[in-house]
Amino acid sequence: MKTVLRLETALTHSPPRRGGEFGRVLLILCLLSLCPRLPGFAQNAPSAKASAPIDLSGYWVTIITPDWRERMVTPARGDYLAVPLTAAAQKIADAWDPAKDEAAGEQCRSYGSPAINAAPTRFHITWQDDNTLKVETDYGMQTRVFHFGNWKPSAAPAAWQGDSIATWELTGPAPAKKSGNLKVSTTHVRPGYFRKNGIPYSANVRMTEFWDLFTDPSGAQRIMITQQIEDPEYLYRTWITTYNFKKEPDASKWDPTPCSSRW
Amino acid sequence: MIKFRIFTITSIIVLLGTLLTSGPAFAQIDLSGVWGFVRGQYGQENAGGSDIGDFTGIPINDEGRAVGLSFSAAQWSEPERQCQYYSPRYVSTGPFALNVWSDTDPVTGRIVAWNMGAWIDKDIVTVWMDGRPHPSVNAFHPYSGFATGTWEGDTLVIRTTHIKWSVLRINGLQHSDRATMTQYIVRHGDLLSMLTYFEDPVYLSEPFVLSSVWQLNPKANSSRTSPACEPINESPRLENTSIVPHYLPGKNPFANDYARYYNLPLEAAQGGAQTMYPEFRKKLKDVYHYVPPEKCTRYCCDSPDPAVKCIRDGSGQVR
Repeated sequence: MKTVLRLETALTHSPPRRGGEFGRVLLILCLLSLCPRLPGFAQNAPSAKASAPIDLSGYWVTIITPDWRERMVTPARGDYLAVPLTAAAQKIADAWDPAKDEAAGEQCRSYGSPAINAAPTRFHITWQDDNTLKVETDYGMQTRVFHFGNWKPSAAPAAWQGDSIATWELTGPAPAKKSGNLKVSTTHVRPGYFRKNGIPYSANVRMTEFWDLFTDPSGAQRIMITQQIEDPEYLYRTWITTYNFKKEPDASKWDPTPCSSRW
Repeated sequence: MIKFRIFTITSIIVLLGTLLTSGPAFAQIDLSGVWGFVRGQYGQENAGGSDIGDFTGIPINDEGRAVGLSFSAAQWSEPERQCQYYSPRYVSTGPFALNVWSDTDPVTGRIVAWNMGAWIDKDIVTVWMDGRPHPSVNAFHPYSGFATGTWEGDTLVIRTTHIKWSVLRINGLQHSDRATMTQYIVRHGDLLSMLTYFEDPVYLSEPFVLSSVWQLNPKANSSRTSPACEPINESPRLENTSIVPHYLPGKNPFANDYARYYNLPLEAAQGGAQTMYPEFRKKLKDVYHYVPPEKCTRYCCDSPDPAVKCIRDGSGQVR
């Protein structure tokens, strides 16, 4: 406030002509600084790739510690620990039959987007184009596609990975806002399993993810994914979990393996 | 002159408005509040506690494993352990709610420290934000450790040293007093997420990295301080025996139980860095020919849906 008063006082005591020019220049600068926020200027907005506050590209490996026996290996039938499943989901899961899934060509049921972040997998993350981020997994050889901008979902049948809309949540000192995280919202997912042992999710499942990037004390980069899953049919409440991945130097450990109902 | 003043003041207001809508010049996210631990991961650790001999996915070295296998739960009956606190590392696996508040300099208004509240057997952690250095390595090691914080963007990075020797996992794994911890805390709306990077040159061969999440919940059962502990011996038969309950190498009768419950080879159950990575799965398949148990018989579910009937603990009883 003191600064404002000082500036106003200084302008008041300046010759009118000079002060008027200063004020006009100031107003124009102010309006220009607002322009990028107006809708009409959005056409010139930088691409998602150019405006990315964090670089997620590269090869990443999951670190499996919590819930190891439910995530690293196929859990026993009836092991639903930590999943807030409903009685309807329990009934379906209790009838899990991997042979039936195999016969139906449904081996990828436990590889859909609501399950894949918890899986024993590596990610290969690349930019498909300036506004599309691609996340491939070696476990089940799946591909998630994160669409930025004004992408509209097609009328195609639901797929294992669903439709994902992505945005950068930019933070940090203005105007650069060079820090932030990735937010991904996924819907239109083909029904599948949260875990290998048949805990179901429905076609109405919705997932929101926050991807954060950190550099650990050794200099290695780590991704932490915080995800919220809602399923009005098979989850009693929102299921919230976190997962973490470490960056790898190259593709030497990348090991594409097809989907399996049993393993 | 009046027209000129209106014009100038309008410009200044627009400028200030622009600056104010541009976001804070320095990242200072408000972390304060009561955060309820979200039950959605760390299933058995938040239920009955990890089984003896379940070291899966933990990068322990041979010394860490030997200490874990020498553990007898009767140790908790020793007078000097009855009031032993959890390590600050345990914040990441819960099931504690997190009460977070700040201490503010009354003159400058700057945050001097963030505090993470206590529990009946967990010490309060003060995270100093004023740039003070960590003390000498020979300084006192309290249960809270000594923690300092800095903001990196919107992430609070906490560095903790001087952690007292304590529990790495409740089933007997320990960490040494040379352990250090780096935590990365971010807020996404009503969620508070934390990545914990824990190092111990004595008992770990690689950093132990965990992620966790809490949800804002003013009704969560949490505390700012730790009440005074009242020592109680829960196993009176061990009173005044002058023994330190333990098992000698190779003599722990429970060491193989976890592997047996879940058809796992001992190499998997007894942990180590290799068990954290996906390639270990192939070894289980190709070398050990792993097949899961026919059905779950213990700690099978913890769904809050009362209509779900299942085995919720180690008793084998459906409830």
